[in-house]
Amino acid sequence: MSETPEKKKLTTKERMQLPRNVMPEQNPKERVKNFKEVPYGYTAELAMAEAERCIMCPKPKCITGCPVEVDIPGFIKMVSEGKFVEAAQKIKETNALPAICGRVCPQEEQCESVCVLGKKYKPVAIGYLERFVADYEREQGKIEVPKLPLSTGKKVAVVGSGPAGLTVAADLAQMGHKVVIYEALHKTGGVLIYGIPEFRLPKSIVASEVDYLKKLGVEVHTSFVVGKLDTVDELFESGFDAVFVGTGAGLPNFMKIEGENLNGVYSANEFLTRSNLMAAYDFPSHDTPIFVGKNVAVLGGGNTAMDSVRTSLRLGAENGYIVYRRSRKEMPARIEEIHHAEQEGVQFHFLTNPVRYIGNEDGWVTGMECIKMELGEPDASGRRRPIPIEGSNFVLPVDTVVVAVGNSSNPLIPQTTPGLETNKWGNIVVNEKTMMTSRPGLFAGGDIVTGGATVILAAGAGKVAARAIHKYVMGIPFDEENKEETEQAAKAE
Amino acid sequence: MYEIIDKRELCEKVHQFKIKVPHLVNKARAGQFVILRQDENGERVPMSIGGLDRENGILTVVIQEVGKTSGAMNRMKTGDHFADVVGPLGLPSHIEKFGNCVCIGGGVGIPPIRPIAQALKDAGNHVTTIIGARSKNLLIFEQELKEASHELKISTDDGSYGTHGFVTTILQKMIDDGEQIDMVIAIGPVPMMKAVVNTTREPKIKTFVSLNPIMVDGTGMCGACRVTVGGKTKFACVDGPDFDGHEVDFEEMTKRMKMYTRYEKQAYDKFLEDDHCRLAKAAAELEKENM
Ligand SMILES: Cc1cc2nc3c(=O)[nH]c(=O)nc-3n(C[C@H](O)[C@H](O)[C@H](O)COP(=O)(O)OP(=O)(O)OC[C@H]3O[C@@H](n4cnc5c(N)ncnc54)[C@H](O)[C@@H]3O)c2cc1C
Ligand SMILES: Cc1cc2nc3c(=O)[nH]c(=O)nc-3n(C[C@H](O)[C@H](O)[C@H](O)COP(=O)(O)OP(=O)(O)OC[C@H]3O[C@@H](n4cnc5c(N)ncnc54)[C@H](O)[C@@H]3O)c2cc1C
Ligand code: SF4
Ligand code: SF4
Ligand code: FES
Repeated sequence: MSETPEKKKLTTKERMQLPRNVMPEQNPKERVKNFKEVPYGYTAELAMAEAERCIMCPKPKCITGCPVEVDIPGFIKMVSEGKFVEAAQKIKETNALPAICGRVCPQEEQCESVCVLGKKYKPVAIGYLERFVADYEREQGKIEVPKLPLSTGKKVAVVGSGPAGLTVAADLAQMGHKVVIYEALHKTGGVLIYGIPEFRLPKSIVASEVDYLKKLGVEVHTSFVVGKLDTVDELFESGFDAVFVGTGAGLPNFMKIEGENLNGVYSANEFLTRSNLMAAYDFPSHDTPIFVGKNVAVLGGGNTAMDSVRTSLRLGAENGYIVYRRSRKEMPARIEEIHHAEQEGVQFHFLTNPVRYIGNEDGWVTGMECIKMELGEPDASGRRRPIPIEGSNFVLPVDTVVVAVGNSSNPLIPQTTPGLETNKWGNIVVNEKTMMTSRPGLFAGGDIVTGGATVILAAGAGKVAARAIHKYVMGIPFDEENKEETEQAAKAE
Repeated sequence: MYEIIDKRELCEKVHQFKIKVPHLVNKARAGQFVILRQDENGERVPMSIGGLDRENGILTVVIQEVGKTSGAMNRMKTGDHFADVVGPLGLPSHIEKFGNCVCIGGGVGIPPIRPIAQALKDAGNHVTTIIGARSKNLLIFEQELKEASHELKISTDDGSYGTHGFVTTILQKMIDDGEQIDMVIAIGPVPMMKAVVNTTREPKIKTFVSLNPIMVDGTGMCGACRVTVGGKTKFACVDGPDFDGHEVDFEEMTKRMKMYTRYEKQAYDKFLEDDHCRLAKAAAELEKENM
């Protein structure tokens, strides 16, 4: 079936000149009134047409741009042949969460940024293809539970159910270990469920990942705060051979400026949690309320800021502002999100920083005094440092503010785990090859180690940790990195 | 799912729940709280720990109906289930040998005073407890607190029982009488805690208050529960709920607690209306049966 008719065989040059296939999406005017996912995804025809653009480089650059080294040309070839389920499985060899990563990876900085086509034309839409095959596999009910190996009798506890924890759990379960996930909230998925909104990542996708884990025999305990109910040490005492901590960077940063505790000033975590996890957009059918005024200012330039401002429009705000202290170029958000935000009518105030909030007698925010900034010398992050321009203050009338200037790590686990080394930001220190912490048998990965990063990095850390945990509980030394392979090779000879 | 093994009304709109959660009960300490969620669409509501029966693994919480969620919870029955009981959350109360301690409880702040009084007593302190209510029929946990403390003093606003006045009327008298007080802890409505703090400020008595701002996750993730203490922002769910009462900005907290009044009223009115319909229907059916 895979033979393409002779007439469609294109030369490399011709392929490179094919236009990138656009993913159909909801009309901006309509979608700001609903929480449904914005892009509809490729059809099979579009996906095969897009796959046709990949020139199957012998030394594919794209793979080097992917933090988990997905075999990109490998899976794209399968797409071009219409083997969508196989393509999904190919990706899953290194990335357990393709339906999610296809949607939320910053492809323009990773795989697609180095695709050779990008030099002269537009890069292959790797993310769209990844998303398509994963959706196809799921929607066709083609996700099969692999035959599990015999139980090893080893037990591993996973603390936190974000992308890091989900990946560790899936991999270890498939190696025959008993895995138990402990999650503080009442739903699993971490930021994927409480942070990233439905219009960008449908919750049913996250739920199906968790269902899959359960089918692999993973036990999930929600509403279980490790450090409060059982500490890490108590988990070890209760019979776990290893513990993985993937508790994320859940502590919201505030700017510590006057008036920050006025009513109407939210952290992005609270604003998004109310809307996503607690479904406040469906008040009063769901019991948790959320307040959104007419003029909503969101501080920050990352994905969290874009998610917050677009949520506020969907909840009825008339004006949604992004207030960012650097310029458009430095915004860390995915390009697609910035583009979508613009289409939906978000107004951007670049090179602007708040200095204080102004409130009324009842304690509600009514305005935000801002100062204009200019860019100076590059700072530690390599980005040009914004410097306030004296005397440029002005007041922006607002009745809701969402502070989205980053998160720090939640101190609960380090505080309750003696001997666990952390750095000056409170992140857990690990050996990067094994993800093991200063405590033997205790592993960590994801945002709790790196600080706020990305889904794929968290999932990648989970993969590395799972391999090391497997060795640890099976008593295989870490340093004999390739021992198994060498032995197998020797046997084969 | 967490089963309610016993549920009863203590006074108008105030109900006591006993819930079997052995693991949580085993870990919890006086002064901590839990978060309850009634069902899948439910709000996460924080409730103080009003009792810990470690032997049987039973948690006591006392809920006052003030809105939709607390109202719906108070209509649950023995044998019903909560979707979630999360905890123990927050830091335990600071327990050490202070000397003479005065524990003060008002309204639904009375039950959580019990484990604290008990713990202070167990730590070798002399514990005097003061509890207050508007009227005699609204006074709860009298017997429980009598057992947990060395002395129990009672006030009612209308004078129908105990001292006529407020809990601070009794506290002020103790201070005026020259009684040695080394530490005070107060839990109750904000105006009560504010009054206690004002009473102990001048004589410089160490005073703890247990704050109850609006919360969502209760694990330090959202910042909804921020309060200003000593000029600094604290998250009550992880840095508290107990704080040095003389440092708390009660005015800000009072305003923050009104953030959702409009929505809460809308939800509660609808709830009461539905409840009314439900009751009317049940009454009508009963009448039909009796005909
Ligand atoms: C709004 C928002 C939008 C984002 N958008 C993108 C994007 O588009 N693309 C992208 O790549 N990245 C994005 N990110 C970043 C990405 O989501 C994170 O880097 C990633 O989720 C980190 O994964 P994690 O597994 O380390 O932790 P998390 O996803 O944070 O999960 C940690 C989990 O651990 C639980 N937990 C914490 N403490 C305890 C405890 N003591 N006991 C039990 N459980 C505990 C938490 O409740 C949580 O469920 C976004 C982040 C946010 C906040
Ligand atoms: C640490 C702590 C311990 C508490 N202990 C008890 C207790 O032992 N018994 C008891 O009856 N009540 C207690 N409360 C208060 C209780 O949580 C609220 O009464 C309840 O959430 C109200 O919900 P509702 O939907 O019925 O009312 P709503 O109509 O939503 O609100 C009524 C009022 O309750 C407050 N409130 C609303 N939502 C929350 C929330 N999520 N968190 C905190 N307060 C809120 C607001 O000030 C509001 O004005 C405690 C609160 C905290 C933070
Ligand atoms: S996981 Fe992310 S970076 Fe890697 S190929 Fe997929 S979309 Fe690109
Ligand atoms: S670099 Fe681009 S064209 Fe080359 S293999 Fe990768 S996706 Fe295909
Ligand atoms: S309730 Fe969310 S941080 Fe305290």
